[in-house]
Amino acid sequence: MDKDFVLWPEQASTLASRVDNIYLFLVAVSVFFTALIFFLIYLFAVKYRRKSEDDVPKEISGLLQLELVWSIIPLILVLIVFVWGATIYFDSYTPPADAMEIYVVGKQWMWHIQHPTGEREINELHVPTGQAVKLTMTSEDVIHSFYVPAFRTKKDVVPGRYSTMWFKAIKPGEYHLFCAEYCGTKHSEMIGKVVVMTPADYQNWLAGGPASEPMEVTGEKKFQQLACHTCHTDKPNARGPSLVGVFGESVLLKGGRSVIADEDYIRESILNPKAKITAGYQPVMPTFKGQISEVGLLQITAYLKSLAKEGNQ
Amino acid sequence: MSTSVFKPGERQLSDPGSGPTENYLNAGFSAKSWLLTVDHKRIAILYLISLTFFFLIGGLFALLIRLELLTPAGDLMQSETYNKMFTMHGIIMVFFFLIPAVPAVFGNFLIPLMIGAKDLAFPRLNLLSWYLYIGGGLLAILAIAFGGVDTGWTFYTPYSSTYSNSNVILAALGAFIAGFSSILTGLNFIVTIHKMRAPGMTWFRLPLMVWGHYATSIIQILGTPVVAITIVLVALERLFSIGIFNPKLGGDPILFQHLFWFYSHPAVYIMILPSMGVMSEVITCFSRKKIFGYDFIAFSSLAIAVLGFLVWGHHMYTSGQSIYTSMVFSILTFLVAIPSAIKVFNWTATLYKGSVSYSAPMLYAIGFLGLFTIGGLTGVFLATLAVDVHVHDTYFVVAHFHYIMVGGAIMGYMAALHFWWPKMTGRLYPEGWARFSALVIFVGFHLTFFPQFIVGYMGMPRRYHVYPEEFQILNVFSTAGATILGIGYLIPLVYFLWSLKYGPRSSANPWNAKGLEWEQAGSPPETFNFRDTPVVMEGAYEYEPKIWLK
Ligand code: HEC
Ligand code: HEM
Ligand SMILES: [Cu+2]
Ligand SMILES: [Cu+2]
Repeated sequence: MDKDFVLWPEQASTLASRVDNIYLFLVAVSVFFTALIFFLIYLFAVKYRRKSEDDVPKEISGLLQLELVWSIIPLILVLIVFVWGATIYFDSYTPPADAMEIYVVGKQWMWHIQHPTGEREINELHVPTGQAVKLTMTSEDVIHSFYVPAFRTKKDVVPGRYSTMWFKAIKPGEYHLFCAEYCGTKHSEMIGKVVVMTPADYQNWLAGGPASEPMEVTGEKKFQQLACHTCHTDKPNARGPSLVGVFGESVLLKGGRSVIADEDYIRESILNPKAKITAGYQPVMPTFKGQISEVGLLQITAYLKSLAKEGNQ
Repeated sequence: MSTSVFKPGERQLSDPGSGPTENYLNAGFSAKSWLLTVDHKRIAILYLISLTFFFLIGGLFALLIRLELLTPAGDLMQSETYNKMFTMHGIIMVFFFLIPAVPAVFGNFLIPLMIGAKDLAFPRLNLLSWYLYIGGGLLAILAIAFGGVDTGWTFYTPYSSTYSNSNVILAALGAFIAGFSSILTGLNFIVTIHKMRAPGMTWFRLPLMVWGHYATSIIQILGTPVVAITIVLVALERLFSIGIFNPKLGGDPILFQHLFWFYSHPAVYIMILPSMGVMSEVITCFSRKKIFGYDFIAFSSLAIAVLGFLVWGHHMYTSGQSIYTSMVFSILTFLVAIPSAIKVFNWTATLYKGSVSYSAPMLYAIGFLGLFTIGGLTGVFLATLAVDVHVHDTYFVVAHFHYIMVGGAIMGYMAALHFWWPKMTGRLYPEGWARFSALVIFVGFHLTFFPQFIVGYMGMPRRYHVYPEEFQILNVFSTAGATILGIGYLIPLVYFLWSLKYGPRSSANPWNAKGLEWEQAGSPPETFNFRDTPVVMEGAYEYEPKIWLK
């Protein structure tokens, strides 16, 4: 072994040390209780070992005070740990507003990464330090799980919906990327690496790759190719509603309910348009199921997002 | 004041060294007298034999898994084969060994004896349970013979319902059928415990073993139907493409996880509660003392059974369920840890000022305490949201549940086997070898599973056929430990078989234990257990003799 023997992976994200702290606290508490129990067993077993076959010890039925003590102390301890753990969990699953977005599509047995600026990677993810990164992920087949031990975080990647996770890397280096949810034959080879770079190196990396087309531009092309624009024309009396400024806003549905037009809603509108009908329109939109890949869906979504930005200006 | 004090209803058994001449074992020798028996004791023996068989098969898979993991590369078998290995290991061990183990053998054998009944409430149903178990087991074996299953014992969708090319239906059907065996056994126990207690055997005089089985039975009859239905749904989707779990067919893959864990979390308590019952019997006998905090141990079993149904979401912290849902499941999971802690403290306190003997059953029981404590405490790590996000689906989880299920449940099973072996067979096993094997198992166990906590925290995912090199050293420890552990389990197999023929004959009560099965029945007991229905005048574990007044 050339490397030093370590007990935990590198602390490469803002989350890592927070998770390690609570873990070490738990280790300390556990060592204390394990030692206590082992010591008592040892003590009693030796001190009160059977000395003769006729030994008859005095009966002790129990002691309420003692029962209360050993119920309440652990109870207090676990309540503290609950609050502590839940706080970190809340933060670790709530991306900050300024996070940079990257898209991930898992499939048996590889990871497709798509940057908004158009770069695509397979089984590799390049990110800068000091910048929160939000991953929006889905799967083309079974459930996978995106796991970066050095960041102390993971999230299941589920077909048919988007899941998100985020992290802020703090230490340049290369780290393991694992699929943590069993997904079939080559589950253990569905691995890759996360390359964390200083912001300057990251800019160089972006500039160094082959020229690529931003996601929203590809998305706009797909929007034309699939003839979405024939209905969604932005003109009054068009067959479909205008999609400018829709993303992230509340949409009124037929029947009076309303939903927020997020990634999942856009996805559903394209693949299963009859599920939710926009108020004031006829359910004439055909399904595009089978005509468009998960990556394609993400590109169209990016395009609609860019429309939303324009629309809000 | 020493030796025995007269109690009404007590029958002095024949001299030590010879049980009743006519007993359940020599009541008939034909195959038919075994295969069509309705005697709960004979059915227990049938289970003991079949469980041993499944344990050996499950163990063989485990050995192959550990051998493969000796090196980071996949050099012993293909990934596909490896995946089948851990799947079959899990399915066999969970559904065909751990879930039935203690209830089917010791619950079956002892509940009627402990409460002073002639048999279970429904003896024929009891036999049917065994046949269902065997039927399910044969289907699982058939699934292996036809090439195996590769979904993991958790059968997660849509992999199991659509993508896997293996014998999912056959294996799932096996688990489905074995489930009915479990339901019927639970039903049988509940009715028996309610209706067939001997005169004077009030609820709070019941041995804690009976309480443990009562709590287990509740889980079995409430939880098992849910997993049975879930299996049917997976089969419907797989066979007829009815969209339930696969999003491409309009289903919801996460729904499966809710249904599966709604049963399978409580099922982990099906595996441990009966062993906890064993602990209370063994520890009192070998410290010759009344149990410390009877009510607390009895009610903590019920608390575990009830709360256990409300924590399934702790397997889904990373599945995308809402943050607030996870928080509710987290706090409930922490609460379940408390009754387990209460039990451990009470057992330890029972030793205080006792007369502690180190006979083999006691060594196994102490082993249980040591391993279960670590298993339970690491459960608290997993209940902690932030920590679980990191270690979920890594070897940390694998280590946790092996500490509980192998360290806890199987240690309890071994303690029971040694404790009641003389009762069941009328023979004594070689004590020295038994103590030695307890030690070997304890050491081998730690060496196998402790390194997995570390490698898990370092980030090694579970179910990995090939793995990065930095994890190798800890895996080598694990494999070495598993070898020792395997030997530790084989030694008892040998000396138990040996004792059947050569072991010295046991008296009715070789341990001077309390309890109807020891004090009022022979070793081995006669077919209807007691010649006359016992009358119970005192609570369990009254080791300190009292002059009979009142
Ligand atoms: C045949 C005309 C038609 C075509 C072609 C069409 N749509 Fe639609 N679309 C509609 C109509 C009508 C609605 C509103 C009724 C409904 O919700 O189904 C709609 C709704 C939507 C919505 C929900 C908008 C909101 O405000 O709630 C989205 C997003 C959407 N379409 C995207 C697309 C995309 C992307 C394509 C191309 C792949 C596409 N549509 C193609 C007619 C069409
Ligand atoms: C004593 C308190 C216990 C607590 C707090 C606890 C907590 C947990 C948690 C939170 C998990 C989920 C880990 C994950 O997958 O990320 C888990 C997994 C597991 N626990 Fe426990 N547990 C406890 C006791 C037990 C007992 C008594 C058993 C069995 C007898 C058990 C068996 C299991 C099993 C089998 C799994 C893993 C399931 C899987 O992912 O395949 N646990 N435990
Ligand atoms: Cu995977
Ligand atoms: Cu659980």
